Amino acid sequence: MTAERISAKFEACRSEGRAAFVAYLMAGDPDLDTSFECLKALAASGADIIELGAPFTDPMADGPAIQRAAQRSLAAGGSLSSTLDVAARFRLEDKVTPLIVMGYANPIFSMGLTNFAERAAAAGVDGVITVDLPPEEDASLREALAAHGLAVIRLATPTTTEARMKRVSDGAAGFVYYVSVAGVTGAAVGAEEDIREGVERARRLSGLPVAVGFGVRTGEQAARFACLADGVVVGSALVEEVRAAVEDGAPKSAVKRITVVAQSLSNAISSARIVRSMT
Amino acid sequence: MSRANAWSQWPDANGRFGEFGGRYVAETLMPLVLELEQEYARAKEDPAFQAEFDDLLTHYVGRPSPMYFAERLTEHFGGARIYFKRDELNHTGAHKINNCIGQVLLARRMGKTRIIAETGAGQHGVATATICARFGLPCVVFMGETDVERQKPNVFRMRLLGAEIVPVSSGTGTLKDAMNEALRDWVTNVSTTFYVIGTAAGPHPYPMLVRDFQSVIGREAREQILAAEGRLPDALVACIGGGSNAIGLFHPFLEDEGVRMIGVEAGGHGVNTGQHAASLTGGRPGVLHGNRTYLLQDQNGQIIDAHSISAGLDYPGIGPEHAFLHETGRAEYRTCTDTEALEAFQLCARLEGILPALEPAHALARVGEIARELGPDGLIVMNMCGRGDKDVFSIAAHLGVNI
Ligand SMILES: Cc1ncc(COP(=O)(O)O)c(C=O)c1O
Repeated sequence: MTAERISAKFEACRSEGRAAFVAYLMAGDPDLDTSFECLKALAASGADIIELGAPFTDPMADGPAIQRAAQRSLAAGGSLSSTLDVAARFRLEDKVTPLIVMGYANPIFSMGLTNFAERAAAAGVDGVITVDLPPEEDASLREALAAHGLAVIRLATPTTTEARMKRVSDGAAGFVYYVSVAGVTGAAVGAEEDIREGVERARRLSGLPVAVGFGVRTGEQAARFACLADGVVVGSALVEEVRAAVEDGAPKSAVKRITVVAQSLSNAISSARIVRSMT
Repeated sequence: MSRANAWSQWPDANGRFGEFGGRYVAETLMPLVLELEQEYARAKEDPAFQAEFDDLLTHYVGRPSPMYFAERLTEHFGGARIYFKRDELNHTGAHKINNCIGQVLLARRMGKTRIIAETGAGQHGVATATICARFGLPCVVFMGETDVERQKPNVFRMRLLGAEIVPVSSGTGTLKDAMNEALRDWVTNVSTTFYVIGTAAGPHPYPMLVRDFQSVIGREAREQILAAEGRLPDALVACIGGGSNAIGLFHPFLEDEGVRMIGVEAGGHGVNTGQHAASLTGGRPGVLHGNRTYLLQDQNGQIIDAHSISAGLDYPGIGPEHAFLHETGRAEYRTCTDTEALEAFQLCARLEGILPALEPAHALARVGEIARELGPDGLIVMNMCGRGDKDVFSIAAHLGVNI
């Protein structure tokens, strides 16, 4: 059962006394082949879990960095279908790194839930995050994915109260993605105390590992969150490396750039708790 | 389910009109959307809320708007008798203000201190800026860059009213992009900010509450046409952007089986060209901006940019209740091209001395054929939902006139 790949990974990180490094990239950005190479580079540079963005024309929960990534991907012919193709290529070479597809509802509904679930399962995807499907609207997707053992990853945010967290927990699987700040991806990070409280509430009520994301850019921020949560998600900062490569006129250099940034984030996250316990 | 409330029972508890509607928003917004639903339920039962709403509609907006017999157009088309419901005479020049008053009163009840809105033609932005000035609330309006250009008079009006305009350059810089940006702002400032959505779309409860606030149009129209003609009309006609003026006119007549309802979508360069804004005629169901509805989209579920000469209709979706009325067959939807709308605009100016906005000019372009279909015994009410002052510059440009 593939959702188990997610729990196994969090379990492994826990036993190593560290948080998981969850890395986000947009599929097909700047083109399919380069993004495939970038995924392999991420896994080789210490990413424990990979979130693979599926491009959408109207990413209303995303800030400028991921909006532009989606536009680059779409311009190069990216789609949900090609996202699953990249996932499948990655899975042929890497059997252990959990793969989460993250995107918006419309391309999934357009593909058809059953079709999407079958293809995602065949591609070796482990879970799906759909930003615009709150618990009230995700039942049909959960059902379709559950038939193949895939998890729907739920989101919790600073506006998620205790009562609301119970609703979010009911049916949650894999892990809970805690959005550090009320805002779009790539925004400024929230206050540490609020995040600690939100993460603990999410963990207590869901019984699942909790990864924190939105706005984590630097190793220093990643290290702070690694002390509060079971996983740290970095997206915009990685995606901006792809942009820089494209703007340099050397799109293939994205692989190298991603490697450098991912290694430093991975080191920061791995050593965070040791460093903190020493100071 | 008794026949009498078969149509007005919608939406259901999940915010659905049949399979359309719902609440497809980021988790950050969910608590707020649920709170808004509860607060609106309380406001509806509160006589003080209703009284304040009605008082502003009467003394600030100038309601009821007249029901006008368009005698010369009736003669010109040689068919059914044609009436205009004259919401273009409202303060700020369109129906949009009915809804803005309702939503800003709700925002005040909820203790929100900052208002945001999206706008296409600028009419909703102007109406929101107006009410915000009236209540001393800061107002930020998101507007696509393309629309900022083609609706300059309204941009200036909003600034005069004290609103901040944020031009949006993503996508094609039109209404859908402005709505994305407004949603991004809302999610970022969720505790202080109320999002005043300008049409009967978005996550539940917006389609319902916008409809309810706009239904004053249909309630007045029903009374007025009964007084003028002693009977209900055979057909109601309204243009469709997101569908708020149309649903406002239609809704109070939904139980009247003999009353046909005809919505007119923007056909742009023609539905067969792919450059249009006719989501029902040329789209298929999907999820965008908080609701499940008909959308213009490609085979991969990516949203296709709409095209219309009218900034207010230039949107790739439609309110979920229209999707439902379309699928159930209760209402019919036709289209009108850019060129037809321009012709209707000029015809109305010359025959009735009324400059319609380009949006209702779309409705008017179909009124002639509907009048002939119904014949001289027929009776039509068309929603003249906005005036054309805002469009004179862009119409001059289309006609090749330098002013
Ligand atoms: C005068 C006028 N009519 C119609 C519309 C379209 O909106 P709706 O379909 O919600 O009435 C607009 C939108 O800006 C408008 O300004």
